[in-house]
Amino acid sequence: MYFQSFKEFIEMGGHGFYVWLCYGVVLSGLVSYFIYSKQLAKRNQRNLIKFYKRMDARSQLNANNQLNANNEAQ
Amino acid sequence: MSSPLWSLVKREISVVLRSQSEFVYPLAFFIIVTSLFPLAVTPDPVQLAFLAPGIIWVAALLSILLSLNGFYQADYEEGGLEQLLLAGVPGSSIVIAKSAANWLVTGLPLVMIAPLIGVLFNIDMQANWVAMLSLLLGTPTLCLIGSIGMCLTLGLRNGGVLLTLLVLPLFIPVLIFGASAVQAASIGLDYSGQLAILGALLILSIILAPHAGAAAMKISID
Amino acid sequence: MWTWFYQLASPKWFYQFSNKLLPWFRAATFILFAAGLALGLLFSPLDYQQGNTVRILYIHVPAAFLSMFVYVLMALSGGIGFIWRIKMAHIVSVSCAPIGAIFTLLALITGAIWGKPTWGTYWVWDARLTSFLILLFLYLGFMALHNAFDDRKTADRAAAILALVGLVNIPIIHFSVEWWNSLHQGATISKFEKPSMDADMLKALLTMIVAFQVYFVTVLLQRVKAEILLREKLSGWVKKLVTNQ
Repeated sequence: MYFQSFKEFIEMGGHGFYVWLCYGVVLSGLVSYFIYSKQLAKRNQRNLIKFYKRMDARSQLNANNQLNANNEAQ
Repeated sequence: MSSPLWSLVKREISVVLRSQSEFVYPLAFFIIVTSLFPLAVTPDPVQLAFLAPGIIWVAALLSILLSLNGFYQADYEEGGLEQLLLAGVPGSSIVIAKSAANWLVTGLPLVMIAPLIGVLFNIDMQANWVAMLSLLLGTPTLCLIGSIGMCLTLGLRNGGVLLTLLVLPLFIPVLIFGASAVQAASIGLDYSGQLAILGALLILSIILAPHAGAAAMKISID
Repeated sequence: MWTWFYQLASPKWFYQFSNKLLPWFRAATFILFAAGLALGLLFSPLDYQQGNTVRILYIHVPAAFLSMFVYVLMALSGGIGFIWRIKMAHIVSVSCAPIGAIFTLLALITGAIWGKPTWGTYWVWDARLTSFLILLFLYLGFMALHNAFDDRKTADRAAAILALVGLVNIPIIHFSVEWWNSLHQGATISKFEKPSMDADMLKALLTMIVAFQVYFVTVLLQRVKAEILLREKLSGWVKKLVTNQ
């Protein structure tokens, strides 16, 4: 350990502002991007569920239309 | 020079010259942009002479960037480019021909006008010569690198701004060595190293750019 | 060997494989960062010239290293995808870009903050900072070009070419910027000029570099997973996977 007290650790020999600003920016950047990229797959999954519902509804509609058309033809 | 390539170059030049007078725009742009600097910065001859190499080079670089579109967009939209490719002309020769035509129509006139701008900026004879030489070696490289960017953005709606973003970082080495050759000459230092590097960059881009451009062109047209 | 290669190229297999790997990588990222931060902030000595600001090195250098490493990976996997038409390689390449851009941005920001106590100003046209600024432009160009195309396949292939052109250019740009800088700056004190590094410092730096690497793989796998879902939405296994949950 290279610091005698907690106060010294925060002050970093007068350069505390720069050191902690750097660590703050980097860590908050990395953490928020980590969370964002983790959520991305989940968000895509939710969107895909909606997408599949729409697709199914559309194919159902198409099938019904086909059926009606066949009935009318007969 | 093989004659098929030369006829391609002639085709490109005729295509561009046919489209009214658009090919003059980059040259006018070059002159106007350089003449803005004394108005914006200072009319003091000593300071202008100091700034001149950078200004001439940045303006030349932007003029080349501006001229690229004319050699590709219309040709692409009218289908001429696709026809050439369908006729079995290799994409790399098209890129070489277009770059050569681009240089002959825009780059070479820039090289000719540069000494005039140099006189306006109060730089001496020697530096003016070097400015011409450095532009002579550097502008073809810019045309070749620009053609890669142009091929990549051919089919895109607002390709112009994107082209700038893609191509400008790649122009940086040419800009650095070109401007510094002129600067070195204007303060009486040796400038042969910078010119040699510009030549090396030109050779490298002649070897590599046509292939990259051809691959990009194929993607845009498919 | 070859079956492994083919498996790797299959999105489904890659998705499941990365699902298996991810918990381990997340845990490793956490542990390595904890260790690296402790080593860097608490258990490494001061620099005799720079004092405590040298601690910025432990995050600045890994970010800078990763930003270049990620570009090379992005260009190479883009090239592999372009030549052998492997979908998975393009997915990896495209997923690399934003992560690399973030590392570059972080390297720039930390470099600028570091510049204040070292040089007295936030920004100096130092060769390294300038090179990283240009690298950031290259990343942004890659992402912008990929976004500009409606068709994903075209976008992948065009972006791969751009990445490869950039890869050829990076050494030239770097060389030219170094040369330009030495011409204009005279003798600036480089932030990294030191004869030999203290063993404790080296330990902290290496731990942080590994931590950043593992973090990169974790985030990359998470992005790749999301990208696979989007691109493979029409294949049966994705539909099964999504709707069965």
